Amino acid sequence: MTLGPSPHHILTVTVENKPGVLSRVAGLFSRRAFNIVSLAVSPTDDERFSRMTIVVDAESAPLEQVVKQLNKLIPVIKITEVSPAEGVERELMLVIVKAAAETRGQVTELTAIFEAKIVDVGYDAMTIMVVGEPEKLDAFSDLVKPFGIVELQRTGRIALPKLARESTRLRSVKTARA
Amino acid sequence: MKLTGAQALIKSLEMEQVEVMFGLPGGAILPVYDPLIDSSIRHILVRHEQGAGHMASGYAHATGRPGVAMVTSGPAATNIVTPLCDAYMDSIPIVVITGQVAYSVIGTDAFQEADTVGITMPVTKHNWLISDAQDIPRVVREAFHVATTGRPGPVLIDLPKDVANAPMEWYWPEKVDMPGYKPNVKGHPRQIKDAAKLINEARQPVIYAGGGIMLANASNELRALAELTGIPAVTTLMGRGALPDEHPLCLGMPGMHGNFTAVTAMQKADLLITLGARFDDRVTGKVSEFAKDAKVIHVDIDPAELGKVRFADVPIVGDLRTVIEEMIKALKSERSKQDPPDLAPWLATIHDWQERYPLKYRQEEGGPLKPQFVIESLRDNTPDDCILVAGVGQHQMWASQLWKFKLPNTWVNSGGLGTMGYAVPAAVGAKVGRPDRMVWAIDGDGCFQMTAQELVTAASERIPVKIAILNNAYLGMVRQWQELFYEERYSEVYLSPDLPDYVKWAEAMGCVGMRVDTADDVVATIEKANEIDDRPVVIDFRTDWREKVYPMVAAGSSNDDIILGPEFGEGGR
Ligand SMILES: Cc1ncc(C[n+]2csc(CCOP(=O)(O)OP(=O)(O)O)c2C)c(N)n1
Ligand SMILES: [Mg+2]
Repeated sequence: MTLGPSPHHILTVTVENKPGVLSRVAGLFSRRAFNIVSLAVSPTDDERFSRMTIVVDAESAPLEQVVKQLNKLIPVIKITEVSPAEGVERELMLVIVKAAAETRGQVTELTAIFEAKIVDVGYDAMTIMVVGEPEKLDAFSDLVKPFGIVELQRTGRIALPKLARESTRLRSVKTARA
Repeated sequence: MKLTGAQALIKSLEMEQVEVMFGLPGGAILPVYDPLIDSSIRHILVRHEQGAGHMASGYAHATGRPGVAMVTSGPAATNIVTPLCDAYMDSIPIVVITGQVAYSVIGTDAFQEADTVGITMPVTKHNWLISDAQDIPRVVREAFHVATTGRPGPVLIDLPKDVANAPMEWYWPEKVDMPGYKPNVKGHPRQIKDAAKLINEARQPVIYAGGGIMLANASNELRALAELTGIPAVTTLMGRGALPDEHPLCLGMPGMHGNFTAVTAMQKADLLITLGARFDDRVTGKVSEFAKDAKVIHVDIDPAELGKVRFADVPIVGDLRTVIEEMIKALKSERSKQDPPDLAPWLATIHDWQERYPLKYRQEEGGPLKPQFVIESLRDNTPDDCILVAGVGQHQMWASQLWKFKLPNTWVNSGGLGTMGYAVPAAVGAKVGRPDRMVWAIDGDGCFQMTAQELVTAASERIPVKIAILNNAYLGMVRQWQELFYEERYSEVYLSPDLPDYVKWAEAMGCVGMRVDTADDVVATIEKANEIDDRPVVIDFRTDWREKVYPMVAAGSSNDDIILGPEFGEGGR
């Protein structure tokens, strides 16, 4: 899976923290044939709400329809579009890489170059944590692949708009709803 | 005041002014059926839960108020999924209450457990699983609010048995507090002004009026708009009756089986004033070929409809009644500054089409009984405010084409989902809501067999609906497609004219049953049926199975390629 340059939209969606909300959102996407590239859900500082960061495949649907249909879900409180060019996107990856004595040095070196972190070590493998833009995670997993990837997990990206210096294009797209 | 959850539910329904509900009890909903005995709410015991849902929908269609249905868990809940989906597609406000197994055993595959909220999520505007009896009044209040405001639609409340039995302290919420639900009713003034400008410049405009007109109660405003501007209007399958058919500006039904003039006026229009309609594929035909030269004004209370299928040059989110009123004001001011173009040439073209390409069929003396003749006879021998209900198929299309609707909310049919079996229960619901009105259903023989048992409900509750079965012995609409598009290879469409015997069946269900084979007997039999007011009537009209619905635009074709039918000779293609 490459999350890199493929056209995508990022939506941060504030939803009521109630049972079933995730399935309402996920169900809407499949029902309307919109493709989700990644989805991350987290609590917010207000316990009544959760935040979803949804990356939508831009080719599967016009963003406007996605947003309008999402808006109709009653537990959806607010939708913000973060334009990929004007947002800060981060993702976390945990990867177990084979690292027997003879290759361990090379894997460690790569880890250092990527400013990643070794979080667990076994006899012939290491667990490495990489944080960064999705493209960086792609690059790291490509580079360690020859050593042998035992297991890999990614969180899906989260995103916030870049802070205003000249102009911010944080576009609040919560429009009228029905 | 301490109540049980079940008592609170019934009391909440009373607070919502519910007068009648349609339902059938069972294990999980038992606690609620007990306080129902002491309630002012009339309960109508259906014979199948699908009937309860469609009755609620027919009631809502005829009255404009939300219909209510209540059923038990598991199989009863799944039986009501079709009416929910039907109401969802047509934006009909119904409130469905389902029993659920005890909250404490949810997830254990308990007896008659079904994930009702999960199953109905895609076919409801919203649904609720209640976990605490204290929430019941709030949820009922929210459910009615959601069902009836914004773009109306079905909602469902799933009530576990232990929650229904649990004690709660009664209250009634004065207002609803739903931060994620705020329908926008007032159209944007700038957009309305832009719309008025476009309208005032158009040379070939058409008003495209849909079911939203009925839902917004905006038929007077629609009429005022048409009369002020002299712009003709088509009324869609869901919008029939929005403007009276006999109004000189009403062009009738567009779409796959619409009349030539309505279809072609839209195709040739330079402006479509879209009011509460949604560019359904049955209206547009091939979208890329649809009304290519038209600019589009699109008014809808659901923002997601704007631009969903067709780009709107002027999109307006808002309640139709308010928006049309504002639009009329803006138009008046626009017209005081600049005269609109003369629409006479456009209207002359339209009148010419109307004369050259009317709806046509021939009832031959002594020949087989034509379904269209039955419908016209019914139309001409029923009161102006008669409510007409239809099933789904050829009979539905003929009914919509040929009826002259005089009032809004007198046409009840399943448009978006096309649910066979809709007519009988929907007619029962409509008659319950409007006992002062005559209610006729035009049904197909195939459709009738799907839900006829609700005539037992009607007979036992003394609900005198009248059913005209256009018995062509076929799943006629499917037969028509097989004839036209599958080289007359008929596959599984024959039903038989006399199996079942509809007259005996009607009598067995406590109705009056009659049969008509010839054109000569049609009117006399209709008159006889009109006299009966103490029980339902079923008439088995044996109609010509060869008859097909025309005009027709083949699925996926351009509306330019409308087929007029054999009555127009070789030029009929
Ligand atoms: C529940 C359901 N099943 C199947 C269909 C597909 N279908 C559409 S029209 C039709 C035939 C209806 O037959 P009938 O009620 O006899 O009406 P006719 O077309 O003959 O007037 C069928 C099978 C449907 N619309 N709904
Ligand atoms: Mg038939």
